[in-house]
Amino acid sequence: MTASAAQTFINIGERTNVTGSARFRKLITNGDYDMALEVARQQVENGAQIIDVNMDEGLLDSENAMTTFLNLVAAEPDIARVPVMIDSSKWSVIEAGLKCVQGKAIVNSISLKEGVEQFKEQAELVRRYGAAVVVMAFDEDGQADTFERKTEICARAYRILVDEAGFPPEDIMFDPNIFAVATGIEEHADYGVAFIEATRWIRENLPHAHISGGVSNLSFAFRGNEPVREAMHTVFLYHAIQAGMDMGIVNAGQLGVYDDLDDELRELCEDVVLNRRDDATDRLLDVAERYKGDGAKANDKEDLAWREWDVDKRLEHALIKGITAFIEEDVEEARQNAERPLHVIEGPLMAGMNVVGDLFGEGKMFLPQVVKSARVMKQAVAYLLPFMEREKEELGIVDQPAAGKILMATVKGDVHDIGKNIVGVVLQGNNYEVIDLGVMVPAQKILETAREEEVDIIGLSGLITPSLDEMCHVAAEMARQNFELPLLIGGATTSRIHTAVKIHPNYKRGQAVYVTDASRAVGVVAKLLSEQAKPVYVSEIQEEYLKVAEAHARSQTDKARVPIATARKNGFKPDWPSYTPPKPSFLGTRRFHNIPLETLAECIDWTPFFQTWELVGRYPQILDDGVVGEAARGLFEDAQAMLKQIVGGKRLEARAVIGFWRAETSGDDILLYEGDGTKEPLATLHTLRQQMPRNGGRANFALSDFVAPADTGLPDYVGGFAVTAGIGEDELVESFAKANDDYNKIMASALADRLAEACAEYMHQRVRKELWGYVPDEGLSNEDLIAEKYRGIRPAPGYPAQPDHTEKDTLFRLLDAEKEIGVALTESFAMYPGASVSGLYFSHPESHYIGVGKIDRGQIEDYAARKGWDIDTAERWLAPILAYDPVRMPGSKAA
Amino acid sequence: MTAKQTEAQPYLREEAKRRILVLDGAMGTQFQGRTLVEDDFRGDLFPGWSHDLKGNYDVLNLTRPDIVKDIHLGYLEAGADIVETNTFSSTRIAQGDYGLQDHAYALNKAGAEVARAAADEMAERTPEKPRFVAGAIGPTNTTASISPDVNNPGFRAISFDELREAYAEAVRGLADGGADLILIETVFDTLNAKAAVFAIEDVFEEKGVRLPVMISGTITDRSGRTLSGQTPEAFWFSVRHARPFAVGLNCALGAEEMRPHIEEISRVADTLVICYPNAGLPNAFGGYDETPAQTSALLEEFGEAGFLNIVGGCCGTTPEHIRAIADAVSAIPPRTIPKNDVKMRLSGLEPFIHA
Repeated sequence: MTASAAQTFINIGERTNVTGSARFRKLITNGDYDMALEVARQQVENGAQIIDVNMDEGLLDSENAMTTFLNLVAAEPDIARVPVMIDSSKWSVIEAGLKCVQGKAIVNSISLKEGVEQFKEQAELVRRYGAAVVVMAFDEDGQADTFERKTEICARAYRILVDEAGFPPEDIMFDPNIFAVATGIEEHADYGVAFIEATRWIRENLPHAHISGGVSNLSFAFRGNEPVREAMHTVFLYHAIQAGMDMGIVNAGQLGVYDDLDDELRELCEDVVLNRRDDATDRLLDVAERYKGDGAKANDKEDLAWREWDVDKRLEHALIKGITAFIEEDVEEARQNAERPLHVIEGPLMAGMNVVGDLFGEGKMFLPQVVKSARVMKQAVAYLLPFMEREKEELGIVDQPAAGKILMATVKGDVHDIGKNIVGVVLQGNNYEVIDLGVMVPAQKILETAREEEVDIIGLSGLITPSLDEMCHVAAEMARQNFELPLLIGGATTSRIHTAVKIHPNYKRGQAVYVTDASRAVGVVAKLLSEQAKPVYVSEIQEEYLKVAEAHARSQTDKARVPIATARKNGFKPDWPSYTPPKPSFLGTRRFHNIPLETLAECIDWTPFFQTWELVGRYPQILDDGVVGEAARGLFEDAQAMLKQIVGGKRLEARAVIGFWRAETSGDDILLYEGDGTKEPLATLHTLRQQMPRNGGRANFALSDFVAPADTGLPDYVGGFAVTAGIGEDELVESFAKANDDYNKIMASALADRLAEACAEYMHQRVRKELWGYVPDEGLSNEDLIAEKYRGIRPAPGYPAQPDHTEKDTLFRLLDAEKEIGVALTESFAMYPGASVSGLYFSHPESHYIGVGKIDRGQIEDYAARKGWDIDTAERWLAPILAYDPVRMPGSKAA
Repeated sequence: MTAKQTEAQPYLREEAKRRILVLDGAMGTQFQGRTLVEDDFRGDLFPGWSHDLKGNYDVLNLTRPDIVKDIHLGYLEAGADIVETNTFSSTRIAQGDYGLQDHAYALNKAGAEVARAAADEMAERTPEKPRFVAGAIGPTNTTASISPDVNNPGFRAISFDELREAYAEAVRGLADGGADLILIETVFDTLNAKAAVFAIEDVFEEKGVRLPVMISGTITDRSGRTLSGQTPEAFWFSVRHARPFAVGLNCALGAEEMRPHIEEISRVADTLVICYPNAGLPNAFGGYDETPAQTSALLEEFGEAGFLNIVGGCCGTTPEHIRAIADAVSAIPPRTIPKNDVKMRLSGLEPFIHA
């Protein structure tokens, strides 16, 4: 293909597409438009030329979501800079979108599917709204699969558009449908050729029209074999782009380099894609296994081959592939060749890690692979250390091999450290010295260590919302104690906005920097430690934070809230008279020890596991993903192996304690009673109510709405639970840490977290079927369970349905969780061990997960009175959901 | 619709190849120069009206058409080929401030009729030089893609459909009153303009006739962007689907400040370019100090640089300005329309061209 054809190819991402991105779907369904905007912003920052916006999700009011999102995008110049592709299968959604964009957008898509009249009408509207359009090769008889049908439909559509509707031909993009080839079905063999030839015909015969398509369908038959899929895509695009395809949805990794493909594989793929011989599919199938991932035949041969290379090359290979088997012998050989042991680190090892860093940066390697590379590096350095020590003793040479010293800690009150550990490993792999103070580290300890060890940078991590305040406090302390070191902020609950608005102003002496994920950490640290780069970088950040803070200030009071009294009046009111609440099989608490791990292993929801490793996609599809599939499969295999070890060797123990209490609602509180007859409440659960303006009959929910009020006279119940899979986690993790095996150390923590979630899911199912027993015959698959298709909910304090972490205190007291199952709460109400889950059970058929959203000062006052707090305390614990800016120095009250 | 209206386009198109056409100047300054009292605005039609009407110059189309016509004649005598109707604020939306929303159609129709009468009267006097009426559509006082509440960026005070309906009503009045062209002017927010374009298409379809459409954006300050954030080129890509007879800029800036932006439009627009700046930037009292000689000298240079097809004045300009401008550009050949490659041209706030 000509360089320019490839260069002008527009690749359209799917990150702001609810059907293409699970994360975006979740953000939109949760109404988290701030984060959804961040996704769009990042996409544009990363060079997207056009953003595709799709809100086609069954549970969404798609017109409304499209309007809301595009209106918000319009207020963000960083995003609104680029044109929008308004993507929907519903015309009403497309039209809603068209009414929001001042620029010239692309409509995706219209077709002749519903007949020529509708097509013309929609085309005319698209033109009047001033947009370009994607036209699917689809007519009244269905989707076009042959060259003849594709060209016939596109030509017909073109003539209608250009001649009858006066549509500018250059504003038409045809999508002639890419279907799977090599399926074994004879009629499918020509699908690739049909697309490519139709593309060529359209470009030659329908002047100025463009060609677009989604490529991943093509290789569907080779799911699970990424190298072959990638080769097929590369070959296909090579020919399709040459034929005139100039736009498409292609995973970046699938745009391989045609010339770099293995000659044999390229030819076999070309035979298939271009349908050059009858036995093309069989021939590709014959060799496909050889090309499939690590450990396959083709690689076995290579394994022998790379051992013949010279030692520097071998070290590089071992680092890139994460192979530890030969590392000591190779390092020893390199050490003997080198003048001094340090030179091995500075020479071949760093060179190899630089290649890893580059591949990572280019999106050709992924986090799990990089962590494996770091493991190789760490073991290599560990092997060399004694030699360096001896050199020091004998020759008095003191080396400072590290590029810089980074202190890392999970802040006081928080116990979550997987992300922090990953960042630490990645930094170590890049020759930084990392001092890791672990979890629940008080500010003073962090600062003392920083001073004693003369570190260059401090990195803070946290997962739960109270940690945000603690980070502000650390920043304020750093300012007070005259620190000037850069301060890195990371972890699930942190954000650029929070860093810019709350942390940065506390620490003007130095610079607080929000680090999105582990893959960014090295770049950020390198810039902060470079004398040349730092001033520019810091001023960029300051400028950015100023902008973010201003934008935030503008958006702050945007959240029009209805008064709490009004919201309460509009609360959800189930039809109580016709309802009989189910009674649990017991009241009070019951504990469960030694819950079978093999059962839990089966109900693991793997998608979040991959997220932990920064691999984005849904399980199991992620295993076949064009870009991250290979990395995901390797990671999954390793996870399965360790899971087997954990289960077989009983390395962890899962426990649970659950309870049920008689309950009645009083306002937004739920009063719990020990038994059916008792008068004095045992405890009060406080809930928060949504205050967003509602129309169309939607209620302002609070969790208390799902429990019968006293005046209904109905005996209703609420449950509570705490589960853990973290018994034994410390020992397990420690065993890997001792072996310099960070990869497995992080793996162990990640699996413990997953098992804890699985345990919560497992107990919830038992509650529904047996212990509360309101759905005794529920028969749901694991997928259905993960998709939460059951009746009843188990919301956790600290999450959107009840953002107040302190409610865990009541729950843990009721369950006596520390005594019963060994799970305790920190001062920030994080659970320890970290691999634990707790929450409430609601059984009402209409109960569902809600997001409280932002709340106003009226509710804060009301809530504070109910909790027996002062306003400051309420504002502090609920800081992340305040719809207003409390007049309070961030951090000053958190100490 | 009259035959005369539909004749305008071929004549103007041919004439625009030969010379730079001249548009009129400001209405406001001309009204301010005539001492008008509340009773002039109310006239016989609105004697006991609920709102004060003073300052609502558009209502004079109904209550003092004699004055409006007099101003149009002033500009025509000064050499304007095209006069704009006195209907900048005659949409249902903008007239809401005066309680006159239900008179929007009548205001537009009367505005077109009085301009038509002036143009026809002048054309009788100078048969060799036909005169034309551009029905003016202002931006209204609301924005469809900007929230009026800085604290609530997703909020919109008006919808596309509301704008579309209000504009359609205005366009009906203008067409029925005899306008030869439609001019969507002072575009702060391109989405408003797109609603106007949509409405114009609706009305043309309804009436079975097409009039030439001109679209003029406003670069609000030296940032070089519209109020809604678009660059001139992105603005052009956003409204190009209207296939306008002319596109350009007016208001907010004087010629000097407008130069780089009109240059950009001139470079990218494959249609005629219209340019009518203010008489400089406003002084401390909100008045305009640039003299006819100054403004015309600047615009003469625009003409020589090849930026102009249609030129006139906006705020602060007078018949004297227009006379000077008409003299200055009379001998300068008009801009030739560039022939652009056929490419897909999209826009956000910035332009995007699919190579």
